[in-house]
Amino acid sequence: MIELSDVHKSFGEVEVLKGITASVEKGEVVCIIGPSGSGKSTILRCINGLESYDRGEISVEGLKVDRDAPSIVNIRTQVSMVFQRFNLFPHRTALENVVEGPLFVKKEPRAAALERGRALLAQVGLAEKADADPPQLSGGQQQRVAIARALAMQPKAILFDEPTSALDPELVGDVLGVMRKLADDGMTMVVVTHEMGFARDVADRVLFIDGGVIVEQGPAKSVLNQPQHARTQDFLRRVLHPL
Amino acid sequence: MKGFWHDAAEFFPILMNGVALTIVVTIGSLLLSTLLGLVWAMMRVSGIKALSMLSASLINVIRGIPIIVLLFYLYFVMPDLGVTLSALQAAILGLGIAYSAYQAENFRAGIEAIDKGQIEAAQSIGMGWWLTMRRVVLPQAVRIVLPPYGNVMIMMLKDSSQASTITVAELALQGKLIASSTFKNTSVFTLVALMYLTMSIPLILLVRHFEKRAGKK
Repeated sequence: MIELSDVHKSFGEVEVLKGITASVEKGEVVCIIGPSGSGKSTILRCINGLESYDRGEISVEGLKVDRDAPSIVNIRTQVSMVFQRFNLFPHRTALENVVEGPLFVKKEPRAAALERGRALLAQVGLAEKADADPPQLSGGQQQRVAIARALAMQPKAILFDEPTSALDPELVGDVLGVMRKLADDGMTMVVVTHEMGFARDVADRVLFIDGGVIVEQGPAKSVLNQPQHARTQDFLRRVLHPL
Repeated sequence: MKGFWHDAAEFFPILMNGVALTIVVTIGSLLLSTLLGLVWAMMRVSGIKALSMLSASLINVIRGIPIIVLLFYLYFVMPDLGVTLSALQAAILGLGIAYSAYQAENFRAGIEAIDKGQIEAAQSIGMGWWLTMRRVVLPQAVRIVLPPYGNVMIMMLKDSSQASTITVAELALQGKLIASSTFKNTSVFTLVALMYLTMSIPLILLVRHFEKRAGKK
């Protein structure tokens, strides 16, 4: 469904992605792990067209991702994104955030969009927060609204960019719970995360990225429990046993 | 003091005609400057280099010309080019154009203050540039822009007196005409000053309200 072929990306002199080749199948959950600055988030941002890439090719359902082409709007409605810092629209209520895309991008009838918006908020456990403004919500609640907003576009896949990194530890579980349910329902997901427990339990595959290249990839349990590459072993040791 | 109140009662109705024109010039040029300022600001942040440079150049040219010269140009020079404007039209157009540069910079600052994540979130649900502006950026920028916008309103109210230089009989010119025919300079110009102040005070309170509201967020 999502194909990356020899993708290169530089920011000025710094080459962040040095030839990424990977694919994500329909219904698959792929977690991308790796140290900070390794290029994990850049991969997601390139898939969604928030960043351009210099070389190689990215395609979604056979459609080439080109952030300057009109087709990017079509790709973005098929592949939603959830951000580390939620990025909810603060001047709109939770429900308005959720229905913004369906109403103004997809031009769905108002009543139907609102009804589905409420159902999505209920799905992420926030039915009673429909009329709340984002600043009134906790970080975990805001992130769940952001997931509902992504789902409202009825995407074929969702990209999660460190969705729990900005949350207080006690709020992480609620968000991961919603994500786990999505995975169980068959949603295609690409998740950049430091939550190794989530990756182990939910992901079908894990990619370990360091220095802009995929160092190791494979079934989640095998990469996380028996990493083959020394850099993966070192990274996991530091993450799982920081002391 | 008694003389002042007597003069005030006598001149007040005439000066009120001037107030009416002052309000027309202020509101007319405020609307025009807002519209033009929004257009210049949109061009500046469009991401299209040619539009951005054109807007930046226009803003610099407008800022570099004194309002009074702009008014003279519109009222006295344009007829030579075949465009004749009434004094009121020239005043509204001149003040509107002059202030559009300041409005544009104000709007641009408001737009650029919006977190980049907001734009990315809008893009990620398929919004194009204009929809992102209309639904996400501008509604949030308004809150930031309102306090300085209120200050511009006050400045425009006072600068509408420059229209007197091209014969618009607004409050300042009405005062000058009465003073020159009655020699009651103190009474007339005190009254004119009080009338400007009376119109400014609600705007000053409005700015304070905007500032308080912006401070809460």
